[in-house]
Amino acid sequence: MNPIVTTVLQRVGLGVLTLLAVSVIIFAMIEMLPGDFASAILGQTATPETVAAFQRSIGLDKPPVTRYFEWIGGVLQGNFGESFSSAGALGGGHAKTVASLIGPRLSNTLFLAGFTALISVPLSLALGLLAALYRNSIFDRTVNLVTLTTISVPEFFVAYILMLILAVKFPIFYSLANVSPDTPFFERVARTALPAISLMLVIVAHMMRMTRAAIINLLASPYIEMAKLKGLAPSSVILRHALPNAWAPIGTVVALNLAYLIVGVVVAEVVFVYPGIGQLMVDSVAARDIPVVQACALLFAMAYILLNLLADIVGIVTNPRLLHPR
Amino acid sequence: MKPSAAPLLEIRGLHIQGQSGEVWQDIVKDINLTLRRSEVLGLIGESGAGKSTLGLAAMGYARAGCRILSGTISFDGLDLIAMPEAEKRRLWGTRIAYVAQSAAASFNPAHRLIDQYKEVPVYHGKSGEAEAERNAHAVFRRLHLPEPERIGLRYPHQVSGGQLQRVMTAMAMACGPDLIVFDEPTTALDVTTQIEVLAAIKELVRNSNMAAIYISHDLAVVAQMADRVMVLRYGRLVEEARTGEMLAHPRQPYTKSLWAVRSLNKSEESGGDVVLSVRGVDAAYSGVVKVLHDVNLEVRRGRTVAVVGESGSGKSTLARVITGLLPPHKGEIVFAGKPLPPALSERPKDMLRRIQMIYQMPDMALNPRRRVRDILGRTLELHRGLSGAARENRIVELLEMIELDAGFLNRLPSELSGGQKQRICIARALAVEPDLIICDEVTSALDQIVAEGILKLLLRLQKELGVSYVYITHDLATVKAIADWIVVMQWGKVVQQGPKGEVLTPPHHPYTELLLSSVPEMRTDWLDRLLNARRVGAQATSA
Repeated sequence: MNPIVTTVLQRVGLGVLTLLAVSVIIFAMIEMLPGDFASAILGQTATPETVAAFQRSIGLDKPPVTRYFEWIGGVLQGNFGESFSSAGALGGGHAKTVASLIGPRLSNTLFLAGFTALISVPLSLALGLLAALYRNSIFDRTVNLVTLTTISVPEFFVAYILMLILAVKFPIFYSLANVSPDTPFFERVARTALPAISLMLVIVAHMMRMTRAAIINLLASPYIEMAKLKGLAPSSVILRHALPNAWAPIGTVVALNLAYLIVGVVVAEVVFVYPGIGQLMVDSVAARDIPVVQACALLFAMAYILLNLLADIVGIVTNPRLLHPR
Repeated sequence: MKPSAAPLLEIRGLHIQGQSGEVWQDIVKDINLTLRRSEVLGLIGESGAGKSTLGLAAMGYARAGCRILSGTISFDGLDLIAMPEAEKRRLWGTRIAYVAQSAAASFNPAHRLIDQYKEVPVYHGKSGEAEAERNAHAVFRRLHLPEPERIGLRYPHQVSGGQLQRVMTAMAMACGPDLIVFDEPTTALDVTTQIEVLAAIKELVRNSNMAAIYISHDLAVVAQMADRVMVLRYGRLVEEARTGEMLAHPRQPYTKSLWAVRSLNKSEESGGDVVLSVRGVDAAYSGVVKVLHDVNLEVRRGRTVAVVGESGSGKSTLARVITGLLPPHKGEIVFAGKPLPPALSERPKDMLRRIQMIYQMPDMALNPRRRVRDILGRTLELHRGLSGAARENRIVELLEMIELDAGFLNRLPSELSGGQKQRICIARALAVEPDLIICDEVTSALDQIVAEGILKLLLRLQKELGVSYVYITHDLATVKAIADWIVVMQWGKVVQQGPKGEVLTPPHHPYTELLLSSVPEMRTDWLDRLLNARRVGAQATSA
């Protein structure tokens, strides 16, 4: 079999194993959290009998191992279980499924992440290549200075500054990004513009600097000198000879930043009141709504593993030694 | 070939400096160079002589960290110093081309060979894709590359070193340049591979009207290529002469010293008790790739066994097996009359002490953050239990043995020259009074004079201390200098072994013959004669 296929299959298999291991860790961590849902919702005055009855009704009385397998078995069939808090009001009401809670939030998060990525990935690649090309020029120094600044400043600060300038002083964008599932596409874009911009400032800096470093790292190679001595202009040297060998490190940093866009943007969500999955998870932790927390954590792990897997695969398929064995 | 009157390249009073840390140092100074059309000029010197810098300057190119301070470089009447970069780029690849030392590193790993070839003519608008491809096939055929139509479809890592170097030469020819700069094109190759590349280059240069600058540290190689030779040292000209004259009557002692190692010849000795014997050893990497087949050899006290072979012959693997780094599959190793446990971890500490190793790259064998005192002292503590004044005295004693003094105690490896570093490695091996030292290509990375010094030191130490050497090398001149017994290896097998005098005098085993005849000799007609002889030989066998 082609070694590429073998290697990729190996990585995919490893990814699945990692995900399973992570699911155990998530479950164990949440098991170890102090306090439990039943006493939190029923208050301190509840009698032990009421608490026990309530725990039985939502299945918390079973041993952890059993609950883990019930949970993971459900997840494998696409069933993340039912939210505690919606079932919570003791008298009943209709229990909401975790999927129905997470669904719209996840699509919001993916929309914001996709929107941000669509602009920032090409932008940072271009800036990184240009900075490498005009190394030590005014352009390079300026880009470096600006990106260093945006990395160094906390993101909520960037977010508030942007809001102050672009929504309050000059009302170009919406200061709040409160969207609902039936918001039309263009309004959605307009409403999420500010959170997207503040996230871009953070991740463009990372990706651009890594792209620049990956390219510059290669510029000392003998084949780059050879390309110069073939009479190629600097731009051709970088695009044809450096970039094809830099995809692996660039892919890794892009994957890390995309993962960050999915799992790490709760601050931006809070500032702009954007109904993303990060906020949902924080709220659920506060409410001890264990099924939702578990599902969110598992989704985050999946995003990380999947994106890193993609970066690995990019690294593998752009390596001619693996792609074209002897 | 009669050179035409107007020089193609004229360099006058060239002064180039390079930055090392904060200071600028002279790399090339007061160099005048004239090259006529269809003439080949050899540049020769040791590392740091400034020959690559000068070769690149002939193209109007200075590496990062180098600056051209003064002088003129005129190529066909064009001033290469004043010329803007964009205009120089129009010359590069089309009228002046470059062939780099390591083709493996100088081809882009991400592109097919044919695409890297075509890039030159297509980028410069000299020809279309299809035409460039047809030309490539023709040049590949002229350079005797196998499957000229198909080899270009491969990636650099799929082609052998010698073939890659020929493809690079072909690439330099792509636009029919007036001048090619060859920068040590065969240095990284085995002797038998070197011949095929030398032959290809020679044929190309002879059958075209172009001029060439041929850079090498090996005078015997340059002698096959160049009409005229310039010897450089510390960036200055030592002497310049027609090639034949330079070989016959070198005027400067420095020129003579460039073949210092060739003049060493140890008188062969035999006898002594057997220290090490390797019996029927097979070894493989990761249990699959078999690299040693039934290797047998014996090392006697106070004697040197030279293991000779080209890359891939298994000679370094043999060293790993003897030291226990790679336990053999089959066979046994007997040391001082007792069988050695195959794996390093099973060997008692005293056994480890008695077999020491010295490596090819002293840079990598020394911890860059430890001073000479600690490098030697640590070994003394570990194996000899010395400390305090006793340790200090012994270190100084060791330094004296390797002809250095106590002034070196506080130096870091970065403050030593290549030869001094290798001496420290030798002292570290000697510190524990071993019976056997395995020397793996210990002089390959060193200049001739420095290598000669190291070889003399090894010989002296052997005489004084009675230590035995297993000396691994690909270089037959070194073998002559140091060996008592020679083991010739090819593809993991011992093809011939015997006392030095016997192995080096005919009749040889065919592979030994090939190796010996492939070592360039100090005659201008060596390559032509050899190729003729081999052609005749090939015809005779095919007839």
